[in-house]
Amino acid sequence: MTDYKPNEMMTVAAARALRNEDVCFVGIGQPSAAANLARLSHAPDVTLIYESGTLGTKPTVLPLSIGDGELCETALTTVSVPEMFRYWLQGGRISVGFLGGAQIDKYANLNTTVVGDYNKPKVRLPGGGGAPEIATSCGEIFIIMAQSRRSFVDKIDFFTSIGHGSGGDSRQKLGITTKGPTRLITDLAIFEPDPQTREMIVTSIHPGVTREQIQENTGWTVRYAGTVAETRPPTAQELDILRELQARTARAHAAAA
Amino acid sequence: MARITSLAEAVNAAVADGDTVAMEGFTHLIPHAAAHEIIRQGRKNLTLIRMTPDLIYDQLIGMGCVKKLIFSWGGNPGVGSLHRLRDAVEKSWPNPIEIEEHSHAAMANAYEAGAAGLPCAIFRGYRGSDLPKVNKAIKHITCPFTGEELAAVPAHRPDVAVVHALRADKAGNVMLEGVLGVQKEAVLAAKRSIVTVEEIVDDFGPRNLNAVILPAWTIGYVVEVPGGAFPSYAQGYYPRNNSFYKQWDGIARERGTFLAWMKENVLEKGPDAFRQYARKAAE
Repeated sequence: MTDYKPNEMMTVAAARALRNEDVCFVGIGQPSAAANLARLSHAPDVTLIYESGTLGTKPTVLPLSIGDGELCETALTTVSVPEMFRYWLQGGRISVGFLGGAQIDKYANLNTTVVGDYNKPKVRLPGGGGAPEIATSCGEIFIIMAQSRRSFVDKIDFFTSIGHGSGGDSRQKLGITTKGPTRLITDLAIFEPDPQTREMIVTSIHPGVTREQIQENTGWTVRYAGTVAETRPPTAQELDILRELQARTARAHAAAA
Repeated sequence: MARITSLAEAVNAAVADGDTVAMEGFTHLIPHAAAHEIIRQGRKNLTLIRMTPDLIYDQLIGMGCVKKLIFSWGGNPGVGSLHRLRDAVEKSWPNPIEIEEHSHAAMANAYEAGAAGLPCAIFRGYRGSDLPKVNKAIKHITCPFTGEELAAVPAHRPDVAVVHALRADKAGNVMLEGVLGVQKEAVLAAKRSIVTVEEIVDDFGPRNLNAVILPAWTIGYVVEVPGGAFPSYAQGYYPRNNSFYKQWDGIARERGTFLAWMKENVLEKGPDAFRQYARKAAE
């Protein structure tokens, strides 16, 4: 079997979740790596959209920032940021939003705002950016995050963007008509919402990972689906494409202007 | 009507202590040279508006020019925190700053409302988010036709908008291309404006019939500052210097290294220092 890192398993598993017909609103970092791996492997026609206004972009290297020139040069077209948020996101044109975060709870609510009290923060994080409306306006949400006790917490310090709220029909009660987080892909497993409670439960465990390991890195008591699958390991082809993409990106970002 | 002038004169005439200033640029065309001039001229008590405050707002905050920040994402994209912003929020250094925090959708809508002369922006937003609990400027409004509850935020009406663009012509008309961000909206929403450009040309030449043009009569001051967006980028001129964005993390992490960098690269320099970065990528 090909050797790979947990992080690579996470990116590959996240990429596989995207379909060729999806229109995907892509966040910077891990979501961007996964979305472009999907485009360069099984989903060549997937439409990738970044909040800087680039529609249908096909970057050869991953952007460091959300509005890198590479995204604009390879896009079908580029619209202004107000148009992006009004017509395309709020207008309901996006099927999948791809997010990450600093803290997540068992209902996949995300915090990217502060650790500690809002007015006296222990750590001031960058903030929500596009996430509050991405979380409610996209057809569904995929979340990609490496697991640890620090980030997978029983109670998040701030609700930056909603997942399944306090469970059940929380979203509907707030007037939200979209599905919310349907998949949480980590470096250890894949979580999906329980059909009734909407708690994120493990439906697939990555090869070689134990339930003890998953629990050790989660701040709530992890629940499992009736049948838990083993995630298919990355293929040699998936790893090649991902590693080449990351190597091209590292070279491009190191180069001085 | 746009006056074509020097950066020092434009900032001196357009930006006063206590002003509300929007310096926009969404990764692309961030007005670094203009921000440095504001720091050199020692402006104080500014309220800064920006969707994505990055290095220039980190610099303005760290140099004590800012009393309030209105924003939606304050980080160094793909790198991490803005250490000077964090130091101000977490430890009140060099002075405490007030923050008014929104989402991107709210900020983009607020600029558009400002450009449209409306008092507020209405959109479907903030559902399930804690931001309305910590920001009194986020309210709700009921649609009189459908009964749907929608979010409302005040329009942005900055005293001054400062943006960078690719080209102006001799009359002071300005052309924007590539990632447009909210630059056009910011200029049209503001009472006064400064636009720095890579070059002033005799004529724009062949162009798309729908090219994004800000007419000279909507702009206060136009200044030619080649390289003036560096380390941000100017499409078709020079790429984003991603390695500098990574280096900034180390420079800004400690107060001492930050102040030393600002002294050497901003306080003791002028807009001409940006010229070394100016070039056309195609040539």
